[in-house]
Amino acid sequence: MSWNETKQLKKRKILGKIFSGLCTMAAFSSVVLLVVLLSKVFFDGWAYLDWQFVTSFPSRFFEKAGIQSALMGSLWVISLTCMIAVPIGVGASIYLEEFAPKNRFTHLIHLNISNLAGVPSIVYGILGLVIFVRGFGFGRSILSASLTTALLILPIIIIASKEAIKSIPNSTRYAALALGASKWQTVRDHVIPSALPSIMTGMILAISRAIGESAPLLIIGALGYVAFNPQGPMDAFTVLPIQIFNWAARPQAEFHQLAAAGIIVLLVVLLLMNSIAIFIRYRYQRKLR
Amino acid sequence: MKVEQKKMQNALMESKDLSVFYGEYEAVKKASIPIYEKTVTAVIGPSGCGKSTFVRSLNRMNELIPGVEVKGEVLYHGDNIYDSKVDPVNLRRRIGMVFQKPNPFPKSISQNVSWGPKINGMTDALDDRVEEALKKAALWDEVKDKLDQNGLSLSGGQQQRLCIARAIAMEPEVILMDEPCSALDPISTGRVEDLLFELKKKYTIVIVTHNMQQAARISDHTAFMYQGDVIEFDETKKIFTRPSKKQTEDYVTGKFG
Ligand SMILES: Nc1ncnc2c1ncn2[C@@H]1O[C@H](COP(=O)(O)OP(=O)(O)OP(=O)(O)O)[C@@H](O)[C@H]1O
Ligand SMILES: [Mg+2]
Repeated sequence: MSWNETKQLKKRKILGKIFSGLCTMAAFSSVVLLVVLLSKVFFDGWAYLDWQFVTSFPSRFFEKAGIQSALMGSLWVISLTCMIAVPIGVGASIYLEEFAPKNRFTHLIHLNISNLAGVPSIVYGILGLVIFVRGFGFGRSILSASLTTALLILPIIIIASKEAIKSIPNSTRYAALALGASKWQTVRDHVIPSALPSIMTGMILAISRAIGESAPLLIIGALGYVAFNPQGPMDAFTVLPIQIFNWAARPQAEFHQLAAAGIIVLLVVLLLMNSIAIFIRYRYQRKLR
Repeated sequence: MKVEQKKMQNALMESKDLSVFYGEYEAVKKASIPIYEKTVTAVIGPSGCGKSTFVRSLNRMNELIPGVEVKGEVLYHGDNIYDSKVDPVNLRRRIGMVFQKPNPFPKSISQNVSWGPKINGMTDALDDRVEEALKKAALWDEVKDKLDQNGLSLSGGQQQRLCIARAIAMEPEVILMDEPCSALDPISTGRVEDLLFELKKKYTIVIVTHNMQQAARISDHTAFMYQGDVIEFDETKKIFTRPSKKQTEDYVTGKFG
């Protein structure tokens, strides 16, 4: 029964088991770490997390301190960032994938965008300071912050959208063009709608990144203490991560708990933004079905 | 011969010394084939001989492949379609195409058909147009109750007829078909073949096929290609009964290819 030789098979099976065990461990350790972190945050912050915390401005007295101005600042910056980065990013990816000639120059651009995605965010902060705060004279405003964050997430959006567009099969484009459609009609009615779910996924990633950024905004000049809500894009501001950092850096333990409560608010905002994007994506996919 | 010459004069399309290059590689070599109005012209030949390349060059779809170069001309109503004054977008409205693999849009059945007319400004009585096209493509009875369903939910054969309906909805003059049945089962193939007999009353059809019986059954003229050359072009009957070239005979009798 030489065809039924089992020794080698056994060895292969054991190897397979070891490998899948290692992978499971890797997955578990990260989940465990996340759970530990989150439970610590919730444990610390829960006591301070109430409506008053959300609706109050920061204060020297921790009982009265709240996060409203930072929350509003974050929402302002994120909304404006999306309004700037999404159209530019998606537009750029459409141009690069569908319309740009394939030559050395565009190849260089593709390469550069991939590299830009890996540049440390603090570098964008310095860039923003020089160009938007000083160069354009927008000052230490929400607008400067949004433009800087937009620059920061543009590469992420472009890369994700490019991949999404690339994954649309050429047969779809040919079908449309063979009907006497122009390139633009083809892209508008077939490529973009089919790519949209994946584009949205990239957007979720980008927004998540943007909402948690603090380093570039510190450089731009987000304030540590803001006792008013921003009224327009030219106002001074602070954002959630900076407010959290500010509290966490104080010596008193109560402020550390405020920081934890702030983190919970940040997480809620993040989840909310993501679920909106996922909802849109879901609606769209269902429409396609 | 006299008959031939008379027909020559009302060829709707005609390739003249048409050569197509992929970079350095000459995939079609000086092909000269007339395509007569309201007939079916079959293009046969072994794999890789340039059939798809030839057909794609009749509505300038080959331009979408990077590195393609075309020499010679293709006359359509007497004008060279490769003339710089011709807009390929305009050309493809008149010369439709059905691909080897069914490629419906990931949209509803009716949207699949109506999209072409819509973007070309033929927006009046769009629903009637959709219905008519689906009827002509012998698909209406199967889909009339589910026009809002996704085109991709249909079977392969139905998808291909949907693609044919989509092409017909544009009311083209010529329909190019690149092995439209190769992904279909025999029953669906039979349906599409029946359909071709109907369609040639109104349209001029060029069809690439690997299936010799299919070519013999459905076409009026046949071009046999081999390694980029058009070896022989003639009436289908003649190609399959008494071809004038040895290579053609070998191929149609199954000795090679
Ligand atoms: N995009 C391309 N780039 C380079 N060479 C190509 C390309 N498409 C086709 N060719 C080459 O051109 C020749 C003709 O190809 P074509 O697809 O026209 O053949 P075909 O007769 O349709 O074959 P099949 O019956 O297998 O579909 C082949 O040798 C092929 O390798
Ligand atoms: Mg082919």
